[in-house]
Parts: sequence; C-alpha cells; structure tokens
Amino acid sequence: MTRLSGWGRFPVAACKTRRARSEADVAAALDTPLIARGNGRAYGDAALNPDPTLDMRGTDRMISFEAGTGVLVAEAGVLLADVIAAFLPRGWFPMVTPGTKFVTLGGAIAADVHGKNHHRDGSFRRCLDWIEVMGPEGEVTRTRPGDDLFDWTCGGMGLTGVILRAQLRLAPVATGWIEQEVRAAPTLDAAMDEMEMTLDRPYSVAWLDCLASGRDLGRSLIMLGRHADLSDLPAGKRAAPFATPDKTTRRLPFDLPPALLNSATLGTLNAAYYARGRRKTCKHLVDWDSYFYPLDTILDWNRGYGKRGFVQFQCVLPMETAREGMRALLKRISASGQGSFLSVLKRMGPAEGRFSFPMEGYTLALDFPATDRALDLMKRLDDIMTAFGGRQYLAKDARMEKRVLDASDPRAKAFAEMRAQQGLTGRFTSLQSERLGL
Amino acid sequence: MSGAEKGAVLILGAASDIARATARAYAAHGHPIQLAARNVDRLSADKADLETRSAVTVTLHELDALDTASHKGFVDGLPELPHIAVSAIGVLGDQGDNASDPDKATAIFRANFEGPASLFLVLANAMEARGSGTLIGISSVAGDRGRASNYIYGSAKAGFTAYLSGLRNRLAKKGVHVVTVLPGFVATAMTEGMDLNPRLTAQPEEVAQAILNAGEKRRDVVYVRGIWRLIMAVIRSIPEGIFKKTSI
Ligand SMILES: Cc1cc2nc3c(=O)[nH]c(=O)nc-3n(C[C@H](O)[C@H](O)[C@H](O)COP(=O)(O)OP(=O)(O)OC[C@H]3O[C@@H](n4cnc5c(N)ncnc54)[C@H](O)[C@@H]3O)c2cc1C
Ligand SMILES: NC(=O)c1ccc[n+]([C@@H]2O[C@H](COP(=O)([O-])OP(=O)(O)OC[C@H]3O[C@@H](n4cnc5c(N)ncnc54)[C@H](OP(=O)(O)O)[C@@H]3O)[C@@H](O)[C@H]2O)c1
Repeated sequence: MTRLSGWGRFPVAACKTRRARSEADVAAALDTPLIARGNGRAYGDAALNPDPTLDMRGTDRMISFEAGTGVLVAEAGVLLADVIAAFLPRGWFPMVTPGTKFVTLGGAIAADVHGKNHHRDGSFRRCLDWIEVMGPEGEVTRTRPGDDLFDWTCGGMGLTGVILRAQLRLAPVATGWIEQEVRAAPTLDAAMDEMEMTLDRPYSVAWLDCLASGRDLGRSLIMLGRHADLSDLPAGKRAAPFATPDKTTRRLPFDLPPALLNSATLGTLNAAYYARGRRKTCKHLVDWDSYFYPLDTILDWNRGYGKRGFVQFQCVLPMETAREGMRALLKRISASGQGSFLSVLKRMGPAEGRFSFPMEGYTLALDFPATDRALDLMKRLDDIMTAFGGRQYLAKDARMEKRVLDASDPRAKAFAEMRAQQGLTGRFTSLQSERLGL
Repeated sequence: MSGAEKGAVLILGAASDIARATARAYAAHGHPIQLAARNVDRLSADKADLETRSAVTVTLHELDALDTASHKGFVDGLPELPHIAVSAIGVLGDQGDNASDPDKATAIFRANFEGPASLFLVLANAMEARGSGTLIGISSVAGDRGRASNYIYGSAKAGFTAYLSGLRNRLAKKGVHVVTVLPGFVATAMTEGMDLNPRLTAQPEEVAQAILNAGEKRRDVVYVRGIWRLIMAVIRSIPEGIFKKTSI
C-alpha cells in the first residue's frame, strides 16, 4: 500500500498500485475491480482505487509515425511531453493540449481534455482516429468517432475500460514559437467582450484577478496566441525555428508553509501580474513551453499549498447565463476573501460527446487550499453553478457531492445506466466513481 | 564519436525497466541500438518505439545470459561490434528462498555474476582487439557489504563489481573503458510492491542518465543517487563485530 493522491494531494488514500508494462499485464489485472491511472495530473480522486490502481505509465511505447501526415500511433502511457520532444523538431505539435504537458494520452482521452483553442478546435477527441479499449473480460475493441464506446470513453474518466492505444493526428507547425498578445480587461464584461471579439484567434484564455471586487470585479489579462510562422521570427532564429530555450526546471523541495499563500500575498501577486500585463499589450514571441505550460517549469509546484493539499473548482456555464453566473461566482469568492492563486477564464466551443465536460459558454477554474473554510465556500459555488445551468469538470473534482452532480449534469444518470448495462460497474471503479455514484 | 555516425549501443537484458530507459536515452542521442533479451520477440513494440521516437536503427537479438556457451556466437552474430555495451541483467529473487534452496541460490549467483561476466568477457576481448569500446555493468550497492537481508543477491553483485574492477584495470591502457554502475533502490519491476523510501529511490530514467553521463565522462564507479555512496561508506565502516549484530 502506498499513499496516493491526485495532483492536488487531496484526498490522500492508501492504494495498492500495480504497474502495467504490456497489454497482457492489463489483462492479468482485471480479476479485481480497478481504475487506470496515467500520470496523476487529475486533481482529485479520479485515478485512485484502493486495490489496485493500475499504473499505465509502463505502457508508453510509440508504435508508428507518418512523417507526411503527422499521424501517430502510441500506447496510452505516452506523455504529451514525449510527443512534443519527439515531433516538434520535425514540425508537429499536439492539436489539443491541456495546461501541463505531463499528462498521458490515456488521461487526455479519459478526461477528453481541452486547451486554449477549445473555442475553435474542440477537445482532445477531435484529434483521435481510433482508440483501443480493454473491457472487463480482457477483450480489446478498436473504436472510432461515432461509435458508442468511443463516445463514452472520451470523458468517461477511466470507467469504460482501460485505454491501451490510440491513433492521433498532430498539427503541423512552422516554428516552436507562439505569437502572444496580452490585453488587459478592467472588468468581467470587458473580458468577455474581448473574448467574443477574438473568437477567430487560435488560442485564447484569460487570467483573472479573483481578489478584485466592486468596480474591478473580474478584471483580467487576456492572452491570445497563434503559432508563429517562419517569417514572424527574427532573422537570427529562422535557421533553427524549433530551437527554443531549454527551461531549467526547478523543484519545490519541500512543502511551503500555507501562510505564504494567504490572501495578502495573493493580492499583491495578482496586482503585480495585472500591472505587468498592462504595460506590454503589444505582441511578442513566446516559446511553446512558456506559453502552454508556464507551471511545468516548477516541478512539484503542487507542494506550494502545503501538506494539506489543494482543490480545484472548475465549472462551465452556458452562453445564456455565463455573464450573470460568472459574476455571481466571482462575487461570492471575492466576498470570502479566499482568492485563488490561479484563476482561469476561458471561452469554450460547442459541446461534443455524451459525457465530456465542455459546453459552449465560459469555464472558470480556481484553486483553493483544502481547508474547511474553502471546502465550505466551494459548496456555495456548487449551488451557484447549478442554479446557472453549469456543470463541473471531473478531472479537477475531489469533493463534489453526488446530489450536486445529479442536479447539475443529467448525463451522469445515463452514464451510470450505460455502465450497469455493459457490466462495467464494479469492474472499473475509482474513489470518484464511488463518491458520485457513477 | 560525432555527427551521424554514432556507435551502436548493445543493451543486455533489454526488457528491464532500466534497460528500456537506457535504450531510449542512447537512441535520443542518435545511437543505433541492439536489444538483447530472452524471448526477444516481445520487444518488437520497444523496437518500434525507439525507431519512432528517434529515427535510429534498432535490431533484436535473442540472448540467455545463463547459456554461456552461446555467448561467443551471440557477439559474433551482432550486426557490428558495439561501441558501448550495457548490462542490465540481474535477478533479485526472495532472500528467504535463496538462502534455503541451493538451486535457487545458484540461479541468483549465475544470473547476477556468471552470465553478465561471461558476456563481458567475450565483449571485452573483442573490444580490446579493436582497441576501443565501453562496457557498462549495472551491479548494485548490495554488493558493497554482505547483509543478512540480501547476501545471496549481494554476494553475486559483489563478484560482478570485483570483476568489473579487474576488467577496468586490465583494459585501462587498451582503449576500452569499464564503468561500474551502483544503483541503490530503483523503482522497477524488480522492486515493485516493496515499501521504498522515495528519497532513496531513483527512477529508471535517472539511472539511464547516470549511465550515459558515466560512459561519456569515462567515470569508473558511479552511485545512482549520490547519497548511496555515503550510506555505503558508513555501512562498510562499521566494524564486523558490531555489524554482525545489526539488522540493516
Ligand atoms: C497544471 C495543470 C493544468 C491542467 N490544465 C488543464 C487544461 O487546461 N485542460 C484540461 O482539460 N485539463 C487540464 N488539467 C487536467 C489534466 O489534463 C487531466 O486531469 C488529465 O486527465 C491528466 O492526465 P493523466 O495522464 O495525469 O491522468 P490521471 O490524472 O492519472 O487520470 C485522469 C483520469 O484518466 C483516467 N485514465 C488515465 N489513463 C487511462 C487509461 N490508460 N485508460 C483509461 N483511463 C485512464 C483515470 O482513470 C482518471 O479518471 C490540468 C492539470 C494540471 C495539473
Ligand atoms: N531495481 C533496483 O532497485 C536495483 C537496484 C540495484 C541494482 N539493480 C540492477 O539493475 C539491473 C536492472 O534491473 P531492473 O531493476 O530493471 O529489474 P528487472 O526489470 O527485473 O531487470 C532485470 C533483467 O534481467 C534479465 N535477465 C535475468 N536473467 C536473465 C538471463 N538469464 N538472460 C537474459 N536476461 C536475463 C531479465 O530478463 P527477463 O525479462 O527475461 O526476465 C530482466 O529484463 C539488474 O542488474 C539489477 O540487479 C536494480
């Protein structure tokens, strides 16, 4: 037994992990109920099961790559970081990437992750040609977009079986650089107006100052971006367009005392960030790593919240209620004085699939330390989110109650019924699926 | 070596987690890779992986370390005499079983010492004749002092460590370099399920990096996670009279 947790280090559970290195290892593990685990970047308990949690990082072989089309076949444990390392120098980049490159393909599929281009390019499912899934009896099915199994597995949080392999399409890029444009928005309305006006931009996301209140409520920095062309690079960089500075990764060596992250520190941090962004509203080139994965340069940054861990709250609200709903959420947070270190607002494109998180509207993601006070605040946010017709992202969830899921996401019932019908209930099971009655 | 013509790297015991990470690291640097293992066909996905990630040539070679009579033929059958050979061959077994069953004990002795030593014997002679090459043997800190908890495995590793030291001495002036790699704990199939202190436990990729650095910088003896050098120095320094009463 080891003490295992998600990225938020809350909750922590005693779990027996078992590493799969091959398809046969996965089949051999099926005699007891299990959940597959990728690289543990989901925040909560989605990839936790007491006995066993099946660690898929050992199945991380790339099987083939077509240089002409950018089509990659790989095992589920391959990290996006590996994909980038292998293929960016050859001119290819993931079509969809979350805010960390340390996720596995299996995890990206199971959560059907979204990136800064969701409003234009959709979620991870869009880059998939097929996936292979092992069911409860060890049978392997290759399933494609349009199939039931495919549809339930993308966003199914590991509860439809173990994803073994996938064929995905990478996107051609001319350089390893992003042309970034930062715009400051003084209010929530301004931020949302700005995002509506820039829907044609490939990448867009807003960094939100959660502690701002009153007139300043929702003030944000909007980060727009697109892959730079060769001609965008200064002459000196054109000879080696994929050579970007190697990030020296730092590690937080021990748990920071929580006092360092109190609201006073956050206030100054947010204000400083905002001021910085306002000064350079012009366009500039940023290397892919700094642009997509600013947090990855500090390995183990999740220790920054101290031993008790932290929880993320991410919900999406539909277009019709997004403005009013976001305002209500932000007001509640700002009134509580429990600002979030990271608050991200993003415009999402249309919903796809039967159990994937995204829907057309706005998503807000916030971090909180796992204190009683913050957990209590999140219950209030649950109610607001539900009242405005929103739903929560299971990849971030560590604490939602079943009643909240049922009230906010009617698809959960259909998902649970499908699981029962297909004989998946009790075979693929996580602490999250138990908590939420999936 | 530089540019396109990097020398081939032979990985002995290629199915091991450490071996897989090592093969990847060498392939990433552009070396052609020779993977040798028992039932080597099961490594076809690993071959594909290396070729896909790094666009290098990878060949598969059947090898049983215990079949010492086959070793000369094995080396002769390689597409080219490798520039670097790494042995990740080893078997830990269960100390309780090993200490009570002579057959089991002998199997451990042979897999950790006799087999790898015999392979290195053949490779060393060929490299000596050529006048260049690097042999990298993965031994273990367990060979630094025999302890009640693992002296069957440990003594075989001690034998391998001494062998590597002798080989290094013999070949030092012949252009052939020998590296002894001494990992402490590594999170691999060998240690799966054991309750290991994470601070003392390296990942296979760390061992791979240490192997690459050691080969490149012509190090003689490297501990993986430097702390182990210290720990073993302390363990070695305890007088036998006291040591025999401890349970470390
Ligand atoms: C810093 C940071 C930023 C992030 N930003 C974003 C973002 O912008 N957008 C976004 O969508 N997400 C984001 N995430 C969340 C993250 O992308 C997802 O949680 C993703 O699922 C993590 O992948 P993983 O390999 O670590 O999987 P894990 O966390 O190990 O598992 C996540 C889920 O996938 C399932 N799973 C994993 N592998 C398999 C498999 N082989 N077969 C079946 N099921 C499997 C697990 O059962 C579990 O339900 C972020 C996370 C972090 C830490
Ligand atoms: N893990 C640790 O904590 C640790 C610590 C110190 C040193 N080491 C050493 O590191 C090396 C690699 O071990 P690992 O941790 O990666 O464990 P591993 O996965 O068990 O690797 C050992 C490898 O040796 C191979 N092998 C055993 N007998 C063989 C034989 N007769 N012929 C051919 N191959 C044979 C095995 O092949 P099969 O797949 O065919 O069985 C296996 O791939 C070993 O020498 C080990 O002793 C490990």
